[in-house]
Amino acid sequence: MAIREDVLVVGGGLAGATAALAAAETGATVRLVSAAESTLRHASGVVDVLGYPPGRDPNRPVATPFESVADLPPTHPYSLVGADAIRDGLALFDRAVGDRYRGGHTDRNALVPTQTGTVKPTARYPTTVAPGLAGAGGDVLLVGFETLLDFDAPLAASHLDRVYDADVRGVTLQSPSAFDADADATRFARALDADEPLDGTPAREALAAAVDRHLDGADRVGLPAILGREDAPAVRATLQSRLGVDVFEVPGGPPSLLGLRLDDRLTEALDAAGVRITTGRRAVGHEAEEGRVTAALVDHAGSTVPYHAAEFVLATGGLVGGGVEADRDGVREPVFDCRVPHPDDRYDWFEDEPFGEHAFARFGVVPDRHLRPTEADGDPTYENLRAAGAVVGGADVAAEKSASGVSLATGAVAGRAAGTNATQGAN
Amino acid sequence: MTDTEVVVVGGGSTGCGVARDLAMRGVDVTLVERGKLTDGTTGRMHGLLHSGARYAVSDQSSARECIRENRVLREIAGHCVEETGGLFVKRPEDSEEYFRRKLAACRECSIPAEVRSGAEIRAEEPYLADDVEKAIAVPDGAVDPFRLCVANAVAAENHGARIETHAEVTDVLVEDGAVVGVEVRHASGSGPKVHGRAGETETIRADHVVNATGAWAGEVGAMAGVDVAVRPSKGVMTIMNVRQVDTVINRCRPKGDADIVVPHETTAILGTTDEEVDDPDDYPEERWEVDLVIDELAELVPELAAARTVRSFWGVRPLYEPPETATDDPTDITRDFFLLDHAERDDRPGLTTIVGGKFTTYRLMAERVTDRVCDLLGVDAACETAEVPLPGSENPAALDAQMERYGLRSPVARRSRQRLGSRADDVLDTDAPNPVVCECEAVTRAEVRDALSDAGTDLNAVRIRTRASMGNCQGAFCAHRLAAELHPDHDDATVRTALDDLYAERWKGERHALWGTQLSQGALRHFLHATTLNRDRDPVGVAGGGRADAASNAESDAGDDLDLDAFDHGPPDGELREGRAEVTDGDP
Repeated sequence: MAIREDVLVVGGGLAGATAALAAAETGATVRLVSAAESTLRHASGVVDVLGYPPGRDPNRPVATPFESVADLPPTHPYSLVGADAIRDGLALFDRAVGDRYRGGHTDRNALVPTQTGTVKPTARYPTTVAPGLAGAGGDVLLVGFETLLDFDAPLAASHLDRVYDADVRGVTLQSPSAFDADADATRFARALDADEPLDGTPAREALAAAVDRHLDGADRVGLPAILGREDAPAVRATLQSRLGVDVFEVPGGPPSLLGLRLDDRLTEALDAAGVRITTGRRAVGHEAEEGRVTAALVDHAGSTVPYHAAEFVLATGGLVGGGVEADRDGVREPVFDCRVPHPDDRYDWFEDEPFGEHAFARFGVVPDRHLRPTEADGDPTYENLRAAGAVVGGADVAAEKSASGVSLATGAVAGRAAGTNATQGAN
Repeated sequence: MTDTEVVVVGGGSTGCGVARDLAMRGVDVTLVERGKLTDGTTGRMHGLLHSGARYAVSDQSSARECIRENRVLREIAGHCVEETGGLFVKRPEDSEEYFRRKLAACRECSIPAEVRSGAEIRAEEPYLADDVEKAIAVPDGAVDPFRLCVANAVAAENHGARIETHAEVTDVLVEDGAVVGVEVRHASGSGPKVHGRAGETETIRADHVVNATGAWAGEVGAMAGVDVAVRPSKGVMTIMNVRQVDTVINRCRPKGDADIVVPHETTAILGTTDEEVDDPDDYPEERWEVDLVIDELAELVPELAAARTVRSFWGVRPLYEPPETATDDPTDITRDFFLLDHAERDDRPGLTTIVGGKFTTYRLMAERVTDRVCDLLGVDAACETAEVPLPGSENPAALDAQMERYGLRSPVARRSRQRLGSRADDVLDTDAPNPVVCECEAVTRAEVRDALSDAGTDLNAVRIRTRASMGNCQGAFCAHRLAAELHPDHDDATVRTALDDLYAERWKGERHALWGTQLSQGALRHFLHATTLNRDRDPVGVAGGGRADAASNAESDAGDDLDLDAFDHGPPDGELREGRAEVTDGDP
């Protein structure tokens, strides 16, 4: 099998998709190879850019993330690519997801509720999440279901009530009797997509009727993210029409319909951009000549197949996604064997406090300004290899609430540079 | 001030065993424990139910006690025991002469023991190393120390005992040279711990005080003015995420570190090391110990070298020897138990200390203490603890048919039944849907709520009763679900503090397993709780994760300090209202 493209993107998460779209916009031919289902499916589906700059009050989110970018340490991924790259990545994202997301009208962070009742600062949020923002106004009714255990609506409400300018109440409804006790959010979504009859009533009407009984003057109703995978806008419109109030979804962890929908939208955008996608194949190594990568070696049921390209983007994720690996003796990047700095003693990889400043949270490759991973002397490992997303180290993106923004900014820069170089032959 | 006949200090296996035995003999007893039940050494052991084979060569009286109690526990606590069997395996470099001595000694002690060839044992345990030559098969087993200890406490309560956890002894009362009671400080009032509820002190007067605090016996003894020279010795245990073996694997050699693998529920536990420590509450948990047990035991089960561990924990053995013995090496200190009669020994009546010993013989130790205390009190009831089943182990035959009724998926039903034993019927008989809260360990809401009924807001007490949050994900996906079960009985701030405590406890052990898949899992947990749920930097000013000053903020709305107007309120044009019948005002 001869596979050859201008640009090969290794990794199918937010950074990989962004890099592939950016590369495609330059006119390059692009292939994206991903090992498995994207970790996006587990993510909450909101796009954080920067909520808590390092060194600032750890419990006080910033409203204007771009104002803080200049103050970040020089090794931070944002410092490498600059604030314009963040805007570039967000613009690319906005084009890809269209009216399914909001937040592009302002540089300010929004405060979205989470399923445990905290709020978190974010830059882009699904349209179905928008009416739930802390400042959006109006009394809130949160509605949970007794078998959806990650969202205890009365508990979340009592916490959100402390920060919202409005009254926040919560109620727990019985799950439809047709569902078994372990029905998760995807089961609810399937029923709402298909408007499946539940105890004789179509699912959307049944949900509306159940919520209506508890409305009691609320201006907006928050549900866990269950409003369908395919047809969420229509499901939501039906509920709003029936209830006469805004309906929103509350983001949470896996299984995350918001993450699944984002994955679906990005896949559509990649298809529309002509990106060739290979899923279910893990890149396990590479071939190189004279300081340039010539191929990524991809596992095909036990044998390795070289995927050739002129330019490569490494977007395999961090420790969670498998882009960074560790054993008892050390930490490595397994595909291109790029340098991942780390303390020698694994007992220095973490702090004793659960939410301490863990070294592991910063593990990743060390790129130069062109996002090429570097050796200890600062030289690029390969001239034609760039890194994007969580495989890039140097920032505690979980604490900062910057993971998605870093993926977008580095994905846009790495993809565009790869595409330009491949089509124009420069580097 | 309250009065009771006997105060038992220490809520481990021995203390709970003593409380049960005393209560069954009609004695009025109050047990006080500074943390939750099992917090000391009981909850920090490898879960081996000794056959006695381990001690057969070096200490035959201990070995005989072990095999006797092993048989008793299979009868009275079947729902806490898994009859795995055990093997003492011999590698080529291990002494043939010792192997023969071990076999002979087991038989001398009435421990059933048979030799198995390498081929035979590898047919049953395929992950054993190819060069393991042969083994002695003995009736070792696995036991859940949490379940067993709690069952003893429940039995004691059923016979009228008062069990007070989170009640630390701050003084032992001595009057006219005799111990007459204790003063305790409750973490949150008497009864189950509730986070945020104010504590209080209580004086409990008693005819007799039993010091069953194990490695902490010296501290309690000092409060009574007696010297109990415990020699605490730490050991590491490393938990694998799966069971590489279904049989207890011991290395057949005289003594040494890192020589046992115990299959335990969904995991296998590797042990251990043996290092004397000065303070049972403060000792180093060291990397070399984890590496040692993995590397040494990989000689028996090579798979372990690269396998995933989910956490490591340490326990301290409550070793004791009479002061004049002065053994240098802690591995040489006897595992026998000692009953210290302080009237005789120190001219300090009213106090008995039980120290040393092994988990497997806890019941026998309790019987001896209780015999002694009953003598002093003039109670002549006989001990029945070896015959009467513990709560959960009554009517084992009636168990098999009943689980189908609760609509639980069959693996969930099997695990629920294993944990709950004969209590399964009572616990799971609920009209409401009963979803699985902890997927890794198949723990349902009904089982969590049952545990909450005597755990207060201590989610770690729920954990030890149910195993919830003890599987691969170490609470990543269920810690917040468990906490939510406290609401609305407890308020938001209490729920969040309880969650933080559980989360911190899970992290404490998982830190020692942070490489390979478990580091990936740990990073996922970190992302879920920090990125997705923002528990680390929750701007709402209650006890959210990571806030050191959480408690002091519980009264104030720090959220009020947030300037909501500075943030995005959503798109400006009402475009979100598609389908809405009438667009009203209130849009920013």
